[in-house]
Amino acid sequence: MPLKLKVNNAIATVDVPPDTPLLWVLRDVLNLKGAKYGCGMGVCGACTVLADGRAVRSCMTHVGAVADQAITTIEGLSPDGLHPVQAAWESLDVPQCGYCQAGQIMTVTALLARSPHPTDAEIDTAMSGNLCRCGTYPRIRQAIHEAAGAVAATNK
Amino acid sequence: MRIDRRSFLQLSALAGGGFALNLYRSPLAAAQRRGEPSLDLTPQAFIHIAPDGVVTIMARASESGQGMRNMLPMLIAEELDVDWKDVRVQQAELNEKIYGPQFSGGSANTPQGWEPMRRVGAAGRQLLIAAAAQMWGVPAADCTTQSGRVLHAASGRSASYGELAAKAAELPAPALSTVKLKDPKDYRIIGHSQPGVDTHAIVTGKPLFGIDVEVPGILYAAIEKAPVFAGKVKTANIDRIKALPGVRHVLVIDGAIVPAAFTPWEPGMEPGIAIVADSWWQAQQARKQLQVDWDLGPAAAQSTDGFMKRAEELLQAPPATTVRKYGDLDAALKSAAKVVEATYHYPFIAHVTLEPQGATAHWKDGKLEMWSTSTLPGNGLSLVAKTLGIQESDITTHMIRSGGSFGRRLQNDYLVEAAWIAKRIDAPVKLLWSREDDVAHDPFRPGGTVGLKGGLDAQGKLTAWRHHFVTFGDEKHSTSGGGIGPDSYPAGFPPAYALYTSAQPLMLRTGALRAPGDNAYCWVAQSFLDELAYAAGRDPLEFQLELLGNTQSSWSASQGDAVGDHEPSGPSVLIPERFKGVLELVAEKSGWAGRTRQSGRGMGIAAWFCHLGYFAEVADVSVDGNNKVTVNHVWAAGDVGSLIVNPRAAESMAFGGVIEGLGHMGQEITLTGGRVDQSNFHNHPLMRMRQIPPIEVFWRKTDYSPTGLGEPTLPPILPAVTNAIFAATGKRIRTLPLARSGFSWA
Repeated sequence: MPLKLKVNNAIATVDVPPDTPLLWVLRDVLNLKGAKYGCGMGVCGACTVLADGRAVRSCMTHVGAVADQAITTIEGLSPDGLHPVQAAWESLDVPQCGYCQAGQIMTVTALLARSPHPTDAEIDTAMSGNLCRCGTYPRIRQAIHEAAGAVAATNK
Repeated sequence: MRIDRRSFLQLSALAGGGFALNLYRSPLAAAQRRGEPSLDLTPQAFIHIAPDGVVTIMARASESGQGMRNMLPMLIAEELDVDWKDVRVQQAELNEKIYGPQFSGGSANTPQGWEPMRRVGAAGRQLLIAAAAQMWGVPAADCTTQSGRVLHAASGRSASYGELAAKAAELPAPALSTVKLKDPKDYRIIGHSQPGVDTHAIVTGKPLFGIDVEVPGILYAAIEKAPVFAGKVKTANIDRIKALPGVRHVLVIDGAIVPAAFTPWEPGMEPGIAIVADSWWQAQQARKQLQVDWDLGPAAAQSTDGFMKRAEELLQAPPATTVRKYGDLDAALKSAAKVVEATYHYPFIAHVTLEPQGATAHWKDGKLEMWSTSTLPGNGLSLVAKTLGIQESDITTHMIRSGGSFGRRLQNDYLVEAAWIAKRIDAPVKLLWSREDDVAHDPFRPGGTVGLKGGLDAQGKLTAWRHHFVTFGDEKHSTSGGGIGPDSYPAGFPPAYALYTSAQPLMLRTGALRAPGDNAYCWVAQSFLDELAYAAGRDPLEFQLELLGNTQSSWSASQGDAVGDHEPSGPSVLIPERFKGVLELVAEKSGWAGRTRQSGRGMGIAAWFCHLGYFAEVADVSVDGNNKVTVNHVWAAGDVGSLIVNPRAAESMAFGGVIEGLGHMGQEITLTGGRVDQSNFHNHPLMRMRQIPPIEVFWRKTDYSPTGLGEPTLPPILPAVTNAIFAATGKRIRTLPLARSGFSWA
């Protein structure tokens, strides 16, 4: 039975079994390639997207379980690629290979929404499930602080 | 990702009005063999200038995160004398006749591209000047350039490159050897940080990677392989799998590997069963229903315990091979005031690129189109042609950015598999390995066991070094990544020295993991030097600086490729002054001399030379009562020549090398009954954000041509940390991973 999904503020109808992981529906049915496959068991974070603002591992999330939630992927984070987190990533040139970065950015977005000025300890906790094989962690930490400043400035 | 192809065509169309750019033109192709460094690179192959002044520069090398799409085009742009903001970078397709070497490995792109890429840019500039000079009827020598314009000061005339491009394109390109290069003090791009050309696309989730390739009508493939290397399919429930939802094809791969003591770099296809379905998820679901009776073959008898046992036996036996020997080692050890003996072990580890292996291929009308993430794409092309029995000229290779390589994508097994499936099914297919496939079928960094004996005289000077390396292979060949060269440090410095190897059989693929060989040999040698320094009652830094001041035996590059199978041949000989220079710099920056000694906290120092680069690193670590290790701070000092092409990206590479090295210390691949025991990141872990210390990187600029940063940043961190653990606890770690020595990351 077709499922209705709300992805990046648009309604999409997909005809897949409800236990299909959200990741593969996003990538191969809706052609949103931003979320990445890294481990398939929720331990690397490369597939992270937002469901009603919460960071979820789309490789472990059945599409049927989020049919009534607003899904946001990296492609829908901002209309112009200028979300404060994206802007900070670009200004500090965070990526190396870049494969994990969509997941990192989505996790940070959820973090800053609930904690606009995270401490380093909060960052460590929030980011501990997002692996980076290239070792961009020092740049990611710097970019989170830069984005936090920008988010705070926007909220004033 | 078809845009690559389309934009190539668009670019060719544009070329009519711009700087003649036929991307498929092959100047003097007959005179060149693919893969050879091209002596006849032309500016037309690399540079396109549109009438509006936008400059497109072709990035020739494969990109997997080292910043090659920036570094090489920056060299061209500098000498072309344009503003970087006016440059668009485009990935070249595979055509080594036009572009020269397109691989990314061995930290070779910087030394290999430094001269030719700048000359390509300078030749382009010279053509534009010639065009302006002809137009104005003035001598070319009276013209200068600035920010994409040719200027004639005497008459006050100027013209933009865009205006001149069509005329310049018709002129013959100058020989690259004749063009004049800038004085480095005039550089405006080289040496100035430029953001990654793909960064915006990455942070907005654009389809850039191998896994993102789309072709109309694409099918998806997964391959089930035997749990043991080269195990063959006896029978399987193929008819049942064919009937499952979405499944289009089920293909048995017979494979071409003959298990033997030495497994070559590209041993042929591994046997297995390929399932092709409408979606990758369906292919994976179908895999779960597969019931295969495997003929596991001889590799099923292999185990880590067996390897360890055999290594111990070989260590006690006379060595099989003498790699290098000088001085009277036996006499030196006999007369030593103190002899220190130790055995070091390090494990097999897997590459685990975050993007698992895979490729897309499309067989149509006798032609093959491939979307390849290989970092050795020319080899991929010839392997595919050979395996499929087709001509290389019938294959087009698109070079796609990958989610990491670290040496993994120098091998082309996944590309051959995708091409083989595509030809069998006559359709476009994307092959993707699962993470579990990627761990189990990695060409691992081979493990090793090293027996060491060092002699010290009464003054605490090193007098003798005996090094017996037990590796894998047969009588003639070391397994890939397990060979060692006669200049492996500290060879050449102790007054008496011997480097021996012995090997045991390995029916398993191994390969090059970032700083191959060096990522382990540095840990062994720099740990044992630290042991010797402590045994001599001396400061490890002072002990090593003294050693470096006494070259006993020089290995000349003319005697052969000095560092075995992993270094570009040429002037790859260690220069003691550079090695000492980075040690002194890191000591100064870390406050080594003034470090305090306290229980549970310590600092360690180590250095290495590989892939033409020198790095020294100091780690400050804390170890708690449960042997949990926290790295508090890392200082790194590097010497890769006279300048750093793209400084911020270079610093990122150094962060990455240090963090990857820390990661290696917690990883291990083990075999039981020939089967790999690990499967995913939960049991072959990467470092996490909370475990990463502040890392400071310092450059020692020397009067040498710039060299690469992919590899040399990594090796010193392992011994820097284990030496620091010794300083903190008095416990010497001689077996990795840390867990095998009773330690773990906090």
